Amino acid sequence: MEPYKKHESIAALMNRSNVDTDQIIPKQFLKKVERSGFGAHLFHDWRFNDDGSDNPEFELNKPTFKGAKILVVGDNFGCGSSREHAPWAIADYGFNTIISTSYADIFYNNCFKNGILPIKVSSQQLESLMAEINANEGVRFVVDLENQQVITPGGNGFTFDIDPFRKGNLLSGLDDIGLTLKHVDKISAYEERHKKAFPWLWAQ
Amino acid sequence: MNLTMYEKIWDSHLVVEAEGQAPLIYVDRHLMHEVTSPQAFEGLRMTNRKVRNPHSILATMDHCVPTKDRHLPIADPIARKQVEVMAENCKDNGLNLYDLKNPNNGVIHVVVPEHGFVHPGMVVVCGDSHTATHGAFGALAFGIGTSEVEHVMATQCLPQKKSKTMLVKINGTLPKFSTAKDIALAIIGKIGTAGGTGYVIEYAGEAIKDLTMEGRMTLCNMAIEAGARAGLIAPDEKTYAYLQGKEFAPQGAAWGQAMAYWQSLPSDEGAQFDAVVELAAADIAPQVSWGTSPEQVIGVNGVVPSPESFDNEGKRKACESALAYMGLTPNTKITDIPIDFVFIGSCTNGRIEDFRVAAEVAKGTKVAAGITAIAVPGSYQVKHQAEQEGLDKIFIEAGWQWRDPGCSMCLAMNGDELSKGQRCASTSNRNFEGRQGKGGRTHLVSPAMAAAAAAAGHFVDIRNFG
Ligand code: SF4
Repeated sequence: MEPYKKHESIAALMNRSNVDTDQIIPKQFLKKVERSGFGAHLFHDWRFNDDGSDNPEFELNKPTFKGAKILVVGDNFGCGSSREHAPWAIADYGFNTIISTSYADIFYNNCFKNGILPIKVSSQQLESLMAEINANEGVRFVVDLENQQVITPGGNGFTFDIDPFRKGNLLSGLDDIGLTLKHVDKISAYEERHKKAFPWLWAQ
Repeated sequence: MNLTMYEKIWDSHLVVEAEGQAPLIYVDRHLMHEVTSPQAFEGLRMTNRKVRNPHSILATMDHCVPTKDRHLPIADPIARKQVEVMAENCKDNGLNLYDLKNPNNGVIHVVVPEHGFVHPGMVVVCGDSHTATHGAFGALAFGIGTSEVEHVMATQCLPQKKSKTMLVKINGTLPKFSTAKDIALAIIGKIGTAGGTGYVIEYAGEAIKDLTMEGRMTLCNMAIEAGARAGLIAPDEKTYAYLQGKEFAPQGAAWGQAMAYWQSLPSDEGAQFDAVVELAAADIAPQVSWGTSPEQVIGVNGVVPSPESFDNEGKRKACESALAYMGLTPNTKITDIPIDFVFIGSCTNGRIEDFRVAAEVAKGTKVAAGITAIAVPGSYQVKHQAEQEGLDKIFIEAGWQWRDPGCSMCLAMNGDELSKGQRCASTSNRNFEGRQGKGGRTHLVSPAMAAAAAAAGHFVDIRNFG
C-alpha cells in the first residue's frame, strides 16, 4: 500500500445519500478473477449510458472533476453488501480520500485496508464544503493527515478525528498483512515450537 | 482451570496479542477453491509477497465445475477462466491441487477429510462459510473472506476476535429415520439463524456420540446456518479410526504423539459455556424446511405455518414473504407439497453414507412422473465407492441422473439449476431465494427424505414409507 501523503487535489462532489456498494460496483463485475481494474467499473450504472458511452449527466464525468482524489458525498456512504470490491474500485479509480457525515461500518473498515482515508464531518461542515465546490467546480482542497486537517481556499477548512492506530497505518502505508508481518519474529518462533510439537504436519 | 475445547485450541494458537490489534491466531490448514481465491493471489503478486507455507494448503475445483460431460471444455467462459486461473496460481505457488482430472477431485469439504488433511486441535480456514464442516474432527474451522485468504497465505496468521462458547446438547438417542441433517435443522429451527451469532458451538450428548464421522460433518457443516462462527465435536475413537491410515494423517511413531495431543482436547469437566441449549433426540422428527431461511423448518408430520402463528412482528413478516416466494398457503400439510426436482449432494449430504441411505430408499422405486432427480457425489472417491457398491445402478434404474462431483445445485453456479417456480427437495444447506436458480424454491431435507420424495412426487414421512 502507498503511504498516505499530504496532498492537494480537486474535490469531486456527489450530492447523493445512501450510496450503496451495489451502486459503487454493480454485481455483474464481481465474477472477475482480478483484483485490480475495478476503477473502470466504478459507479458503472450511473456513469455510462446503455450503449457504453459516458453519461454526461453523471457528476464524476464532469471535466472539472477529472483527476480528483477527494470525493465529497452525502450521508451513509457504502451501505449494503459487504463486498470488498467497493473500496478496490474507489482506490483503483484514483480516490484516496472520502468526505461524508457517515459510512457503513464494514465499508469504513475496508477503506483503511485499501489506503483510503474516510473523513467524517458534521452535516453543517458537509453543507459548506458542498457549497464551496458548487460555487467553484474544480476547487482544490489540501488534506493533511498528519495534522488531521483539511484546508480549502474558501475557508471551510476543519480538523477531523481519526483513530491514532489507523492513522499511523495509513501514513506508513501498512496494510493488514504488513501489520501482521511486523510480528514475523513471533510467527517464526511459533512455527519453531509447532514443528517440534507436530513434526508430521511439516513433512512435505 | 476448566477449559472448553474452543478455549484450548484458541490458547494454543495465539501467536501475539498486540496493542490496538486483534489477537493473531496461527492457522494450521488452509483450504481453497477456485471462486474465492483468485484476487487473493493477485494481491500477493501486487505486493510481491509469497505463500508462507505452501504445504498448509489443499486446493480443489468445485463451485463452478460441470457435473456432466467433463471431457468437454467448460462452456461458461467465466467458469473456465476461474478454473484456469486456479490451476496457474497453484502451479506458480507450488500448491497441492485436485484439479478436474484428478481422481481426488470433489467438493472441498468432502475431499479434505477423505485424505485426513484436518486433525483434531487444528485451526483451519477456507474462503467458504461451510468450512465449519471440519469441526467434526475437533478442529476450529471457519470461513474467511478473500482479503483474509491473502492474509493467511502471506502470514499463516489471522487477526481474530475471540468468540463466546455455546454448548448444544442432544440428549438420548435419535429415532430411526432421523439423521444428522434433521438434528442440524431442528437446532436451527429452535435457536434461529442468528441464535449462534458470536458463538462457537460445541455439540455434545449421547446422540452426537452415536453419529458417524459423516453425520458429524453434516451437523457441523450447518453450524454456520445457526449463525455460529464454527461448530466443534470432541474427538473420540471414531475420529481416530477415521483418520488412521489416511494420506495426511500422522504415521508410525507420530501417531502416538498426535493421539496424546488429541486426547487432551475435549472440554474439561465443569468447563463453563456462555450459553447452553438442550434438545431431546427423541423429539427430532425428519425435518423439511418450508421457507426461505433454514430456520423456517418443521417436522414432516407438520403443516405450513401461518404468519399469525408467530409471536413477533419480524417473524410474521418473514413468514409472509417466504410463503409468497415459496408459493405455499398456511396449514398445507407438508406431505401434500408436490415437488419438481430432487437434488442429493453438496458438502452437507454428498458423502458415501448419504448415498447409501438414499439408495436404500430409492431401490425398486421409480422417480415420479415429471420429476427430475439428480444424484451428485461430493467427490470422485464417493462416486467410485458408490459405483463399487452398485448404488449408481439403483439410482439409474429408479430414473435418477448419476453425475460427476461438484457443488452443483447447492449454489447453482455451474449451470445445474432450477427454473422459475420449480420446487426442489434438496439435501444442501441453504434455501435462500434464488439459491438454486432464479425463482427456484428449495426445501431442505435429509437424503432419505429426498429419495422418498422423488418416488412419491411430494414429501412423504419416511417413517411410513415403502
Ligand atoms: S457444496 Fe454448497 S455449501 Fe458446500 S462448498 Fe459447495 S457451494 Fe458451498
